Amino acid sequence: MENIKVILEKCTGCKLCVKACLFNAIEMVDKKAVIKDNCNLCGACVEACKSQAIQISKKSAESRLSGRGSEEKDLSAYKGVWVFAEQREGKVIPVTYELLGEGRKLASLLQEELSAILLGDKLDGVPSELIACGADKVYFASDPLLSHYRNEFYTKVIVDMISQYKPEIFLIGATTTGRSLAPRIAARIKTGLTADCTGLDIDTEKKILLQTRPAFGGNIMATIISPNHRPQMATVRPRVMKRCAKQDSRNGEVINVKPQLSGEGALTEILKVIKVEEKVVDLQEADIIVSGGRGLGRAENFSIIRELAEVLGGAVGASRATVDAGWIPSYHQVGQTGKTVGPKLYIACGISGAVQHLVGMQNSETIVAINKDPNAPIFNVATYGIVGDLFEIVPLLTKKL
Amino acid sequence: MDYFLTEEQKMIVELTRKIAREKITPVVAHHDETEEFPWDIMKLLAEADLFGVYIPQEYGGLGGGVFELSLVTEELSKVCGGIAICYAATALGTYPILLFGNEEQKKKYLPQLAKGVRLAAFALTEPNAGSDAAGIQTLAKKEGEHYILNGTKQWITNGGEAEVYTVIAMTDRARGARGATAFILEKGMDGFDFGKKEKKMGIRASATRELIFTDCKVEASRILGKEGIGFLVAMKTFDASRPGVAAQALGIAHGALDDAVKYSRQRVQFGKPISSFQAIQHILADMATQVEAARALIYATARMIDKGVKDIARESAMSKLFASDVAMKVTTDAVQVFGGYGYMREYPVEKRMRDAKITQIYEGTNQIQRNVIALNLIKEAAKGK
Amino acid sequence: MDIIVCIKQVPDTASLHTLKINPKTNTLMRDTAPAIINPFDENAIEEGIRLKEKYAGEVTVLSMGPPQVEKALRDALAMGADNAILLSDRSFAGADTLATSYTLAEAIKKIGKFDLILFGKQAIDGDTAQVGPGVAECLGLPQITYVRKIEIENGKLRAERTLEDSFELVEAELPAVITVTKEINTPRYPSLKGIMKSKKAQITIWSLKEMSIDSDRVGLEGSSTQVIRIFTPEMRLKGEILQGTSEDVVDTLINKLRERKVL
Repeated sequence: MENIKVILEKCTGCKLCVKACLFNAIEMVDKKAVIKDNCNLCGACVEACKSQAIQISKKSAESRLSGRGSEEKDLSAYKGVWVFAEQREGKVIPVTYELLGEGRKLASLLQEELSAILLGDKLDGVPSELIACGADKVYFASDPLLSHYRNEFYTKVIVDMISQYKPEIFLIGATTTGRSLAPRIAARIKTGLTADCTGLDIDTEKKILLQTRPAFGGNIMATIISPNHRPQMATVRPRVMKRCAKQDSRNGEVINVKPQLSGEGALTEILKVIKVEEKVVDLQEADIIVSGGRGLGRAENFSIIRELAEVLGGAVGASRATVDAGWIPSYHQVGQTGKTVGPKLYIACGISGAVQHLVGMQNSETIVAINKDPNAPIFNVATYGIVGDLFEIVPLLTKKL
Repeated sequence: MDYFLTEEQKMIVELTRKIAREKITPVVAHHDETEEFPWDIMKLLAEADLFGVYIPQEYGGLGGGVFELSLVTEELSKVCGGIAICYAATALGTYPILLFGNEEQKKKYLPQLAKGVRLAAFALTEPNAGSDAAGIQTLAKKEGEHYILNGTKQWITNGGEAEVYTVIAMTDRARGARGATAFILEKGMDGFDFGKKEKKMGIRASATRELIFTDCKVEASRILGKEGIGFLVAMKTFDASRPGVAAQALGIAHGALDDAVKYSRQRVQFGKPISSFQAIQHILADMATQVEAARALIYATARMIDKGVKDIARESAMSKLFASDVAMKVTTDAVQVFGGYGYMREYPVEKRMRDAKITQIYEGTNQIQRNVIALNLIKEAAKGK
Repeated sequence: MDIIVCIKQVPDTASLHTLKINPKTNTLMRDTAPAIINPFDENAIEEGIRLKEKYAGEVTVLSMGPPQVEKALRDALAMGADNAILLSDRSFAGADTLATSYTLAEAIKKIGKFDLILFGKQAIDGDTAQVGPGVAECLGLPQITYVRKIEIENGKLRAERTLEDSFELVEAELPAVITVTKEINTPRYPSLKGIMKSKKAQITIWSLKEMSIDSDRVGLEGSSTQVIRIFTPEMRLKGEILQGTSEDVVDTLINKLRERKVL
């Protein structure tokens, strides 16, 4: 296997690497570790080995200064931290404030400027709001074709901006828009993009962005860098980073960018936006979430969850099992393949707490778990746990509140 | 134990097991509770080509035999004996056509039965004729090119849900055992009605109904084989299907064993899991040994039948007798291992005990099976073998 | 309609039990997770087959990975896909989403004729959801993501996208790239006939040589991101289990939540 090797003299045959490999790509031959062909160089074994016996050769990667994809061979021409200020229907969405908060931190560490990238139409007042929230500059592209997110237009405008203004770092919220837009931009300019980051930092020595994110359904965390390409791009998980502090007296510059767009560039057309019938409180914005799991037994029993949620002024969440069973629509699903939430209070009723669910809610400030199984994994993350019958506890709670 | 299944047999087991685990397990309690016929599951099994495992390739099947049929039945029964019998009873209704049908009849019915598009059922039993099969009173009176059927069949599995029925009726009472004929009937024929759906102790997902014939006109072309061989058709059909019933009993027993082992590891009393108590260990050991012995007997019998061995009545009876008795014992023991929880409907094991009982009764009661075995032994001894 | 479905073989992360860490070595202790077709890709394969059944055509499944990925491709064939292509070469290993997108896109160009490219929304090991859009960009095609329903009318495609709190009906000209959610369909089980056919089927394997592409744009060489560290996530501190009768615990809980100023 190229690029990775086991230093046989250092290998003690302890098999920690075998256990750490999630791809079953390591086997022991004559008490020494051997890397098989299906290794995909994720590096988990390197981390696990206490004898530093495994090496992944990044030499070929490091020696490449060509920065293929970034037009300049000189990466130092790229300066500044950019955040994408996502707006919907003229209003900036909450993750933008989180990006500004985090962006400010990174910009300070790099001693560089923080800029917000705003696309849309008829957005009076928004640029100044972004400045109040910490942006030193706002690059504002205004055009009727940009009023609603459309991949080809947003990509073109932003790529043009990047070519012209050369940011060092570009952060986008990991929303459905962000996760559709960011890879398109990154592929066009051939730069590195890390998805759904939960932690960002600067390596002050090398002056590069350290991007940390969960993988394998939340079973591991990985720290990723993009050493040879600019801008270093990352989509950031909502409700994780701290919001910016707002200061109306802040000063900043608004740079109006004229988008080079024509209707003929359209690859897709939005025919209709269908709002959901029931009054859906966007789970990711809710401060309180009451969630129901398989323990509810039937679709009808979600009513007791709804009642508690209503009394608390919160939103209704659901585990994957209930969505798969058809008891509740999928936009209520919390978890690895559902939504990630970080409310002040998360009440899990009849949810066992599989890892795939935990990754979606373990950043909640306070977690309350109600389950009749005392061994349910949810109790490992609950601030307060109640081992009992949810059909008794939940209505009682509703009544007393 | 390794029974050295072929690649194809392993594939059949794997696919059935996957469907059973992912799609049937979640709805077992529902069907037991509501007694609703599991059409959704039947559709899934049909789409997976499982209905045709024992039907020759020229009629759209997979070309396997009794062994493959038993493997599917066993896997389904591990999850639910009731849902499994809906599948297996179709085979029971199909075998008469497979074994005795003429080319035209085979071409007409087998492809659809192989695809699972239509289900089948076999009708012999009557209110006054159970073990005494020769005492059936449903009459098929010849009138020109037709027969007029009158009478009632009782406790027919898949009755009312199936579309194809192989029915045994008397055409010449005077000839006694040589006076019955097998007919292929279809749901919807004039004069062919169904009675109420029976409420049963177990296998409640399966539909059990009376068939009522009132001057039902049946064309002569619907006769299987010829007039007078009706009981032969029945006998040969049972010979082929008996391992399937045995497999159902086996699956039910195996499922109960798995439940018991799992529970015994979780349940803590006196500070220890009950699996550490010798009393429990001995019960489990006996259960497991019996299950494996039943399996070995069934598989050996099924292989013999598929290899074309003619004289298999004794082994066939043995496998059904043994497996069903094992199922009853093992499921009862499983409930015992669960203790009080075993008696509660919230836990899966009481259902298995209720499901197991019928396997000792239908497809020839275990008393009749013993008769068959004994007579066979004596006959052989008389021949000086 | 000729449809290409890009699939990935992943470890079944859903079967990995609750995080267990060896306290002495601080490494992850986990059971062997079997290799499966990424669940969202199964939805993509199913959708491809349904569209083929409706509009006639062929479904080709495409995947990049080591030789064992052949099993995933055969499973797809057993479901009803017509052709399978595996991109396998040592130099493809270590690819990030950029390199993977490039490699898949080049393979699609080599396949040549297609009307639609389907992806699952994300892979459950990487969880990036980036390769679908990445391939769309390399091929210069329209992309529609998070799709829960597809309809074809007069050579145009209409897709329903799932957004955070609404749905969007989007239209695009074919060929296009679509990423699907699991709500779009329920993937079928392979039939026995399908399984037997897939065992005998010929899987086309393309290595770097067959593809005549830029070797420094694939694999580790062609990746712009690097993993520098893998660690187990911090375990949240265990809280307390409230004891007492139902009345007691509910009262205690309400008091504690009020104290924490959550209520």
